[in-house]
Parts: sequence; structure tokens; C-alpha cells
Amino acid sequence: MRRHLLSGADLTREDALLVLDTAAELRALADRPIKKLPTLRGRTVVNLFFEDSTRTRISFEAAAKRLSADVINFSAKGSSVSKGESLKDTALTLEAMGADAVVIRHSASGAPHRLATSGWVRSCVINAGDGTHEHPTQALLDAFTMRRHLGDLDGRRVTIVGDVLHSRVARSNALLLSTLGADVTLVAPPTLLPVGVEAWPVHTSYDLDTELDKSDVVMMLRVQRERMNAAFFPSAREYSRRYGLDERRFARLPDHAIVMHPGPMNRGMEISANVADSTRSVIVEQVTNGVAVRMAVLYLLLSGPDTRLDDEPAGQEVEK
Amino acid sequence: MTSAQRSGLDLDTSRVVLDEADIARAITRIAHEILERNKGPQGVLILGIPTRGVALAQRVAAAMSRVEGVPVAAGSLDVTMYRDDVRLRPARTLEATTIPSGGVDGATVVLVDDVLFSGRTIRAALDALNDVGRPTAVQLAVLVDRGHRELPIRADFVGKNLPTSLVERVEVLLSEYDGTDAVVISAAAGGRA
Repeated sequence: MRRHLLSGADLTREDALLVLDTAAELRALADRPIKKLPTLRGRTVVNLFFEDSTRTRISFEAAAKRLSADVINFSAKGSSVSKGESLKDTALTLEAMGADAVVIRHSASGAPHRLATSGWVRSCVINAGDGTHEHPTQALLDAFTMRRHLGDLDGRRVTIVGDVLHSRVARSNALLLSTLGADVTLVAPPTLLPVGVEAWPVHTSYDLDTELDKSDVVMMLRVQRERMNAAFFPSAREYSRRYGLDERRFARLPDHAIVMHPGPMNRGMEISANVADSTRSVIVEQVTNGVAVRMAVLYLLLSGPDTRLDDEPAGQEVEK
Repeated sequence: MTSAQRSGLDLDTSRVVLDEADIARAITRIAHEILERNKGPQGVLILGIPTRGVALAQRVAAAMSRVEGVPVAAGSLDVTMYRDDVRLRPARTLEATTIPSGGVDGATVVLVDDVLFSGRTIRAALDALNDVGRPTAVQLAVLVDRGHRELPIRADFVGKNLPTSLVERVEVLLSEYDGTDAVVISAAAGGRA
């Protein structure tokens, strides 16, 4: 595996399957009285969150703690970032504190890549969502959840519906799921499909109804109002009628199909409350699986020889 | 491809110290000894350490239930996350941990591994077991004890004591994984089995 996890495309098929198989073993931990492993004792994981998050931050924190790593939580609110500190200076501070892994969420696409490749830090960098770009651990936990319900993903049909333009989840899923052999279709109004989507390994459609009966998985995306600075659709009601997953559309899905949503949901907008709470909705399970998947990622990136010492320039004395 | 080739063994420099019949006899004897020591199979839980220990645990449990005529539970205990060398070696693939229903609380757990060498795997297993529950007692059964302990750990049930030099390599082949049953000793370098 590479040293950083920045994109769904960083993982080869073997790497992705290794993460998913490791996560499958680690998930059993959730059923044990002692939900802790000593594996990453003495390692430090920094959660560097420049953007609001509930489930991703808590999930990474729980994952790191269950592996006995020390966790430092950093959120931009209430830190020196609100005084105007740059990403570089924040990174240098973390480096001085000796972080082994940095989990970063940032509103700017590419911030994790900058952190990983700039030479500011020697830690492993894990992208926990950057702007409208990528969110690879979400894609991994989605793939993990699909595998639990459907088995092997080869040839499975996954329909991702909604605000693809602003969705880092959609991009990471499209890349990872196609690596795993799934057949991904993005469904969105033309205004909410990104430029260059033709180059993605996916099909696209403007019509949800024609895709429903052949889908094994339907993944609804949140309409990201906070990122919308233009009129992408006439009204919420019209969007909901054409692209929302309501009971009528839900009834047309094959019997084995599952409904997913990366959260947070806008109930009544992209998904109706009854569908979100139905037995075939795995939205709550996605959160549980997230911890196991992130444990697998942290374990695979952080165990092994101390990467920080490895990267020390040759000839320089290393203080141990 | 033969199993010997698959496991990287050079048959010219290696010799078979236990064959299929020897292994079967050793397992039967271990099963009898476990039953004798614990006065029957009640409350005894056999846990194999992956990979080869799991198959051995199943064989021991099967041998015990043949003798006693009652089913004996066998499971597996993965110790990867508890090893003391996780910082030194690349990440290893995790194996399954399967604890039979009833759990380890109050049971007499017999850990089963193929080769007892430094004792570090067993130390990791004791830590792993501690996080699963609190057994009444823990015993250790191994097919081969090759010496060179680095920790104060000993086996309760031993298939064969095999004095070795540190450069030698001891490999247990089992039909479940390798297509044949044998214990092979070879002069190959890097002798950690």
C-alpha cells in the first residue's frame, strides 16, 4: 500500500480488498466486551478538521482509540486558523509534535494532497474529505457495506443519485467501485454532473426511473445547499419529484437491493423518511462499518517500520 | 507443483521428521493427554492459532470427541494485532478469530499451535485471550517444540521435541493447506518458522 490515502484511485484492487478483508475481521471487535487492540500503542493520530463533521471525525477518533493510538483533535474553530494561520504553519506545528498520521478534512479540494507532497510533514496523510474532490474512507466503508449484503462486487450495479457535482463521496465511490469491478451509474440533473464526467469510469443518466429496476445498490447523495452558489434546479420540490427516493420508486427496486446514504440526510428532499427507516436501508450500519474500515486503514498505514524515521534524510543523525 | 516447492523447501537439504502417520499418532496422544489432565472434555475449549494451529485444533478436538463420544468445541484466535513486532515488520493480513458459543469465560482454554519456538506468539495469544474473556485456566499444546525460548513459556502437551539449531527451518505441512501432512526440517537460512 502507498503511504498516504488521498484518493479512491490510490488503491489497487489488491489493496482495496486487503483493507476490506482486514475491516471484516476488525468489525467483530464491536461485539466484544473489550473493544480495544494494543496494536498502535505509542502512535499519534491527529484529526485535523478545517470543516465541520460529526460522523467522520468521531469515526476516526473511535478507530484510532480502539487501536490504542493517542488522538489529538484539532478543529479550525477555536484554533489559530481563525487568527489566519496558514495550512503550512499548522502542518509544521503538527510535525513538531510528532504526529504519525494526519487525518485531514478541508474545504479546499487538494489540501490533503498538498499536505502529503509538500514535505511539511513526514506523517501518513489520510484524506477525510477535501472540498468537492474526494473522500476515500467513505467509499471504502460503502464498498464494505455493499460486500456484507451482496458479496463480491464484480458486476454489481450501483446507482449513485443526486448532487454529484458537489459530492466527494460520489467521485471516490466511482473510482473505488470500478476498481472493484462494480458497474456504476451516476444519475443527476445535467446541472449537477461535473464537467469531465465522461472521463470517469461510470455511466451517466438524467432519469432515475429507468435505472431503478436494474440496481443492486441505490446511493442517495445529499443536496449540498451550502456549496451551491447558483440555481442548479428550479425548486426543491421539483428536484425531489424527479430525483428523490420516495416509496413509489423504492417499491420498484429489486428485492435484494439496498439503499445507502453517506449522511447527513435531508429527509423529504433526496430521500423520504419511510425509505430512510426501512429494513433495506443500511444507512445506520454504514456508520458502524465506518469505524472498522478506518481501523483497517490506520492499521495498514501505520503498522510496520516507523515511517517517520525511514524518511529521515540520509547521513543525518536520528534522535531516537 | 508439490507442496514442498510451494513452501520454498529444497528437498535435498531438508528431511522429514514426522510423516502423516506420526502426526496422526501425536494428535491422538495429545487429545488423550488433554482429556486425562482435565478429567474429560467438560469445560474444555480448543483454540488454534492461525494459520496451521487452527487445523491442528480441529483435529485435536475431533480426536477428543471420538474418544469421549461428545462434541468438543474448537475455534481460532488471531494474534496478529497483539504481536510485539508490529512496529518492525510490514502489516500482516488478519486472520479470523472464532470463539465457539459459550465463550472463554470460565472455560479451560487449550491453545494449539504448530511450532513452539521463541514463545512470542504464545505471549501474544495470552494477551489476545485476555481481551476476549477470563478463562479458568490456559494450557498449551504444540505439534513441535523446537526450543530456543525467549520468554518464560512452556508447552503442556508436545507432539515431538525437536532439538534444532537456530539456522534451521522447521515447517509443518498440513493437508488442509499444503495437500500433505509432514513436519520438515531444512538447513535454509532465516530459520524462523
